[in-house]
Amino acid sequence: MALEILTYGFMQRALISGIIIAVICSIIGLFLVLKRHSLFGDAMSHVAFGGIAIGLYANVYPIWTALIVSVLAGLGMTKLREVTKIPSDSAVAVLLSSGLAIGIVLISLSGGFNLDLFSFLFGSILLVNLQDLIMISIVSGLVLVTMSLIYKKLTYVTFDEEQAAVGGLSVRNINYLFIVVASVTVIASIRLVGVLLISSLIVLPNITALAMGKGFKKTALISCGISIGSVIIGIIISYFANIAPSGAVVLTETMIFLIALSGRFLINKNRQTKSKIESTMDLENGPRK
Amino acid sequence: MPNEIVSVENLSFGYGSSLSIENISFNVSEGDFLGIIGPNGAGKTTLFRCILGVLGNYAGSIRLFGQDIKSNKGLLKRVGYIPQKRTIEQEFPVTVQEAVSFGLIGLRNSSNTVLSAITDVGLDELKNKRIGDLSGGQLQRVLIAKALVSNPDLLILDEPTTAIDKESEKKFYSILRELNEDRKKTIILSSHDLDAIKKLSNKIACVNKRLFFHGNVHEFFDNEKLMMSAYLESSMQAHMHSHFDAENSSDNKADPNGA
Repeated sequence: MALEILTYGFMQRALISGIIIAVICSIIGLFLVLKRHSLFGDAMSHVAFGGIAIGLYANVYPIWTALIVSVLAGLGMTKLREVTKIPSDSAVAVLLSSGLAIGIVLISLSGGFNLDLFSFLFGSILLVNLQDLIMISIVSGLVLVTMSLIYKKLTYVTFDEEQAAVGGLSVRNINYLFIVVASVTVIASIRLVGVLLISSLIVLPNITALAMGKGFKKTALISCGISIGSVIIGIIISYFANIAPSGAVVLTETMIFLIALSGRFLINKNRQTKSKIESTMDLENGPRK
Repeated sequence: MPNEIVSVENLSFGYGSSLSIENISFNVSEGDFLGIIGPNGAGKTTLFRCILGVLGNYAGSIRLFGQDIKSNKGLLKRVGYIPQKRTIEQEFPVTVQEAVSFGLIGLRNSSNTVLSAITDVGLDELKNKRIGDLSGGQLQRVLIAKALVSNPDLLILDEPTTAIDKESEKKFYSILRELNEDRKKTIILSSHDLDAIKKLSNKIACVNKRLFFHGNVHEFFDNEKLMMSAYLESSMQAHMHSHFDAENSSDNKADPNGA
């Protein structure tokens, strides 16, 4: 019965696009989380909402308008932070609210919310058509190629910007390129979880993977695995429970995160107890000869 | 005659309207170990950041390996740098091996080189440990390995022993001595530890916005008058007193009768 759902075309498209999005979101998300830009995804998706509204208003494929608006906003936010030195969270707040405001104004001008807009707000992975799948594949391909080219340098820049600059890396260009790639990723992911839940897709798998306490490559792989697993489980649950897939995916990620946290807590507690017992035994046995 | 590695001429730089360093000139030759001393806020880090090309809007000129740093940023690939403040996020998920390999980015990468740099600083058993699980001294050795992995001709260290324990500090200094004496690396070290500077360096520069002394380390420490005037001028009496106190107490320990 479970395998039967794989025979449906809409489910195949949903799973393929979901897995692709899961991979790029977890890779980009790891850098965003480590750069302490976790809310960047939220800001970009709210700006994208304005871009979607522009597309719907102008009768253009809304993802393209959202893409242009988000990339420009992402670069603008980075420049704003660079020039004015305002804190990262304040820049995000400015972008988030102004992007949403643009969207609301345009929507009210075009006569209010419609079904299309709701699907962008809450995600509609099961409604992904061939055009969407092609767009997601092309955009994700570009994201993966770019990331594979700058992966090592970006890791070093994220680790320590000043040392990376001393090492001869063009930190500014790498940061700008990353912002473009991150903006594109957010737009490509809107179909899966929608504007309102996008940051969870970026943040949750990565903070779960970081809690495992591994090195960089292993953390990235674990995050990818959690992300892909959550998308598959979430979509399948949503089909059988007849619930929204976006919510099911994010809740699956949240569950995995909570399980990982509890596991880490128990392991740490176990270690503490073990070392306590060992030190008590050492005291009882006296100094070793 | 040894090659010129660093040449700084009439260097001035300011953040905003006031100058952080003013009209500083000195040079470092191949194989030198230059110790830079000066109080907090004296401009030592600013001086390093200018030499390393992080700050570019300065007056004067800086030549690295005989070439102007502004015209050839590629020269920085020949420099290893250990910053003053560990800006490194301890929770950053990198292992010792991954952190050290950052030093090879943009260069020919080889895992053997990374492993031998880790061995050089005595951390081979910890190569797969996350840097967040290391002690301050071990982390400092990771930074040395990272700075050394590209086999740089010049090593710049900005107060590298801040916040590490005495035992780790001793190990750290012995690595620096070995690098300078046996492997002939040119080193610039800024520190408040005058005893270390005295033991390790062959040249010394006394900086407090301006350069108050630059020359032979023994000439500086052996000539109390010279040392005094440089220190007084550069408002470093506090450091001088603590140094003399330490010397007196060690003299007293060595010879309790004062003979």
